[in-house]
Amino acid sequence: MSAVLKEVDNGVNVEALLGAREALTEAPEAAHFVWRATSEWQNGTHTQSSVNRYFGLGEEQSHVQEYSYDTDHPEIFASEDKGSTPVEFVLVGLAGCLTAGIAAVAQNRAIQLNSVKATIDAPMDIQGILGIDSDVRNGFAGITVKYQIDANASEDDIAAIVAQSQKRSAVFDIIANPTNVTVEVNK
Amino acid sequence: MIDLGQKNVRSAGTTDVVVIGAGHAGLATSFCLNERSIDHVVLERGEVANSWRKERWDSLKLLTPNWQSRLPGFLYAGDDPDGFMSMPEVIDFIAAYAEFSEAPVKTNTTVTSVSQNSRGYRVVTNTGEWQAKSVVIASGACNVAVTPKVAESIPADIASLTPHQYRGPAQLEPGGVLVVGASATGLQLADEICHAGHEVTIAVGEHVRMPRRYRGQDIQVWLDRTGILNECYDEVDDLARARGLPSPQLIGSSERKLLDLNSLTDNGVRLAGRLMGVNNGAAQFSGSLSNVCALADLKMKRLLDMIDNWIMTHPVLCDGAERFDATRIDESPTLSVDLTDGSIRTIIWATGFRPDYSWLDVPVLDRKGRIRHDGGVVDAPGMYVVGLPMLRRRKSSFIHGIEDDVRDLTTHLHNFLGGELRLAS
Repeated sequence: MSAVLKEVDNGVNVEALLGAREALTEAPEAAHFVWRATSEWQNGTHTQSSVNRYFGLGEEQSHVQEYSYDTDHPEIFASEDKGSTPVEFVLVGLAGCLTAGIAAVAQNRAIQLNSVKATIDAPMDIQGILGIDSDVRNGFAGITVKYQIDANASEDDIAAIVAQSQKRSAVFDIIANPTNVTVEVNK
Repeated sequence: MIDLGQKNVRSAGTTDVVVIGAGHAGLATSFCLNERSIDHVVLERGEVANSWRKERWDSLKLLTPNWQSRLPGFLYAGDDPDGFMSMPEVIDFIAAYAEFSEAPVKTNTTVTSVSQNSRGYRVVTNTGEWQAKSVVIASGACNVAVTPKVAESIPADIASLTPHQYRGPAQLEPGGVLVVGASATGLQLADEICHAGHEVTIAVGEHVRMPRRYRGQDIQVWLDRTGILNECYDEVDDLARARGLPSPQLIGSSERKLLDLNSLTDNGVRLAGRLMGVNNGAAQFSGSLSNVCALADLKMKRLLDMIDNWIMTHPVLCDGAERFDATRIDESPTLSVDLTDGSIRTIIWATGFRPDYSWLDVPVLDRKGRIRHDGGVVDAPGMYVVGLPMLRRRKSSFIHGIEDDVRDLTTHLHNFLGGELRLAS
């Protein structure tokens, strides 16, 4: 058994994040980012989408590689199920965003995470999307995220990390708050 | 009683220091300048304690108990140290201080411009011009009620009021009221309007929850004794955040009433998330209500833990530790309210305040319109600001908090003037 105190390491470079925060406070125009995705219909309800390039820090940027994703509907919708449903992708985005935030906040608060697992439930009444009942919205009736977190911290400190992560989460904001959406065709 | 010292005060001329504003901050500054015999004048757009006379609702009482109502050289002398001053009492207190401190106040004098020149500052008012080496801005932190951009999208037939326009529930037409904001102002108005028989919805963003009493004492006793109120601006982790904190959910009342979102819910007020937009005549609220409440509950618990820890290591007699219920939220809080069906007749924007610097022609404002200063020393030689939240300490925006700030800054100002004591002859 080693008696040496291990440094907290969640694999997040907090110094770089705090440095970026300071730099962007002085240069707010560099904080203007544009995120992009492209997509192409394959067949049926199957669409392939990809991401690579984005704009930020005043210039065009790109990921280390292009990532591509298939979305489709399951077989009970008479589809071929070649990928997750788009609504599941929204949950994937929420889980990824909140969990990244938890890691960053924990690192900043010097809390070692041992494991962070989430289960997300998002009930939906599909009478909305099927046009059966116009009083039913298309989207989720609500979203419940349940975290199981093992960390070297008190229950209250863990709860505070999760709350802070929600407060700073882009996807949480995108889902919880209205956003204007403009869809153009053949322009 | 109001035109204190008026007979001795010139309308224009040259002085060492122009103090702008004769509220508690400007008068405390004047007291400390008098102690050092520094020649100055206090310019006041209305009467002494003008904001307290004109820009507060009728039922408002101070959030701090009377024992905390003290100014340099001047203590609360009444027989109810644990009570809370009403607005007329605050006005009397500050007016009495103006008399006591013999502040050279020029009332009904509105500053229309402050600009720099080779001799310091040129201060233009509606009654004349002043030339000064130094200017102390003590014109208040809450001159303008801030409303969010969404206020522009509210249907025209709904009455829209800021806390500066609100005096009491009698001025509201019958029907539902949406209170936007859950700081001290929003909660107090929601509570009062609900008791007057209106259906009230309150839109809740980030807020600071705090119990009025804890372990048998007013919360201010613990904030004071633990040293939290003395925490300095250069000691806090995130100063911008500390300066922007909303006022804690407190109310001053003779029954020492607890006011929080749970007490509003008990009285029938409906809680919604932060107001985010108006779309097709519907107000849309954020789905983040449970998180902002969880944040506030956790932060309150941390504060109470800190107080408990302090008590453990200090010999004080008090009641045992207690914890408060978590903020109760409906399973599915409302996300939208129709503004066209007549259910909401009035919206009150309890969405914060900001100072007015429209008269300040010196380039010391940042891109958000805030004055650039280091603990009240403004980014222009000889210019100072007092009375802003967390200016130098957590207590800076409280009446009793002004003394330490003003003493620090008049020392700095005195050095700036070259230590040249100008004895008033």
